[in-house]
Amino acid sequence: MRPEFLPGVAAALVLALVPLLVPWTTVMLTIALAIGLSVLAIVVLLRAGQVSFGHGLYYATGAYTVAFLVKARLSLDALILIPLGGLVAMLIAVAFGFFAVRYRDIFFAMINLAISMVAFSLLEKLYHITGGGDGMNVARPTLGGGRLDRAAFEAWMFYATLAIAALAGLLVTRYLASPLGRALEAVKSNEMRLEYLGVSGNHVLHVAYAISAALAGVSGAIIAIVNGHVAPEFAYWVRSGEFVFIAILGGAGNVLGAFAGSMVFEAIRNHAAALAADYWQTTLGLSLIAIIMFAPDGLTQLRFKRNKTRP
Amino acid sequence: MSIQTILLAALDGLSYGAQVFLVAVGLSLIFGVLRIVNVAHGSFYAIGAYVAASFSLLIAAEGWSPWLTYPAMILSACLVGIVLGGALEVGLLRRIYGKEQVLQLLVTFAVFMILEDMQKAVWGVSPYFIDAPLGLLGTVNILGINYSIYQLVIVPFFAAVVLVSLRYVLRRTRLGRIVTAVTDDREIAAAMGVDATRIYLLTFMIGASFAAFGGALASGSTSLVPGMGAGMTILSFAIAATAGLGRIEGAAVAALMIGLGRSLAVYMAPEFDVLVPYLIMFLVLLFKPQGLFSVQQTRKV
Repeated sequence: MRPEFLPGVAAALVLALVPLLVPWTTVMLTIALAIGLSVLAIVVLLRAGQVSFGHGLYYATGAYTVAFLVKARLSLDALILIPLGGLVAMLIAVAFGFFAVRYRDIFFAMINLAISMVAFSLLEKLYHITGGGDGMNVARPTLGGGRLDRAAFEAWMFYATLAIAALAGLLVTRYLASPLGRALEAVKSNEMRLEYLGVSGNHVLHVAYAISAALAGVSGAIIAIVNGHVAPEFAYWVRSGEFVFIAILGGAGNVLGAFAGSMVFEAIRNHAAALAADYWQTTLGLSLIAIIMFAPDGLTQLRFKRNKTRP
Repeated sequence: MSIQTILLAALDGLSYGAQVFLVAVGLSLIFGVLRIVNVAHGSFYAIGAYVAASFSLLIAAEGWSPWLTYPAMILSACLVGIVLGGALEVGLLRRIYGKEQVLQLLVTFAVFMILEDMQKAVWGVSPYFIDAPLGLLGTVNILGINYSIYQLVIVPFFAAVVLVSLRYVLRRTRLGRIVTAVTDDREIAAAMGVDATRIYLLTFMIGASFAAFGGALASGSTSLVPGMGAGMTILSFAIAATAGLGRIEGAAVAALMIGLGRSLAVYMAPEFDVLVPYLIMFLVLLFKPQGLFSVQQTRKV
């Protein structure tokens, strides 16, 4: 085993023990790990210096895919539903990517925001199909072939999510170290030089975009199964903003940071948010500004020089 | 679809387009000079609307002449633009001009989140509806359709005034020339002795005031609900992007296009009315990636 995977393996092993010792944290940890996958999606794009304010779209796609499949009574297993959620999200990203990856920076962020808000409005308005603002309930599927009671289901969902997160972390680390992943850094630092080498910046970003959407889709699919409910808010800009926020909080370039950040975030939300529920976004906003203004070294991946302005 | 429905859709589109033009032109102007897409721009729109609504309520409560609501709209727009916009530029944006675009986006996004909470804290979450400005002017009958004069005349009139005066100022006055010069090339303009700091502040205040004015006008015809700022930020970006960021006259054309398209959709397929503006944007950007009225830019290696 390569030494760079050691911290990840150690973290996964420690995490695997936690639900045995402190059972009440199981669901919270499952959610944190699942959200961590969406954060990882943002981290992949940040490698290319791009930020998406609309990844709620792919998160919601994964979640609603599961909701529709369960509603259709195909009696699919959770372990099939989750990858399907990721797949549908990825297909949408591949299609939309032909448009989105032509843009960088402001346009990339805002176009993603626009499409996710369109999705949000449609999910809310197409009441007969999506259940409107109330969302849809997701009946508990089988897991690994067995129909489990609530406690066992939650416990095994945690281990399934942990395994998926570990696999995703491994694959993303390998991807970012591959030539295609290294090219992302070139998109960030100097895309024109990359193109002179005969590599298409748009293509490099398109692949990253599809991978990133698949991660967000898997993340949404897990949340749909664990929560047993999906709602249009999954595609709302607040959700997308939270992903970006956690990615910055967790130290932008880091795969483990995505999961660590989302654990911290989930813990804070569960405990501190009750004290200041009305000022939750203010808290997020102020911390975001504070990080950018006063701790820019934490943002290693964002510190780059870009003189070129493209729309 | 009858001729009356089409006419009604056209009138709606004109009124709506005029209103979103005011917001979009502010966003575009700010981008042209500061090179920042202000994600919090829609918050100025929402806060402008709320402040105008508060003034209307005050005027009604004090028993003053309801005609005062019109100057109150202009007052609230200036107030929001100068106080809030000025504070934001001086306190925050000024510190991030040198940073990367992604960081600038994140900072304005954070401001947007904070302002959303502040609106809820100050004005609550229940909808506001102010009917004084609409009721004062009554309706006019066009080909058998009763249409409110406020939406048909006042809103487009103010939009036209803003467009014409902005055009005049930018083309004919010293200040406008300076702003144009900074838009064109910030470094050369600064080398020529332009005080960029002052121009930035001024532009940001004016742009924010336009957004707030759009909101103030909207307060007379729509109900104010939390979250209206988010939609408006994205819509005004869609308009500015369709026109080409920084293009002032183009924003008017794009706003009219998107306004008409949207109101047609409202009458034909109401579920999809939110989709139309973005569909138009995607279509335009597919063929003209820099927007309809963009000028060719040289790439710097």
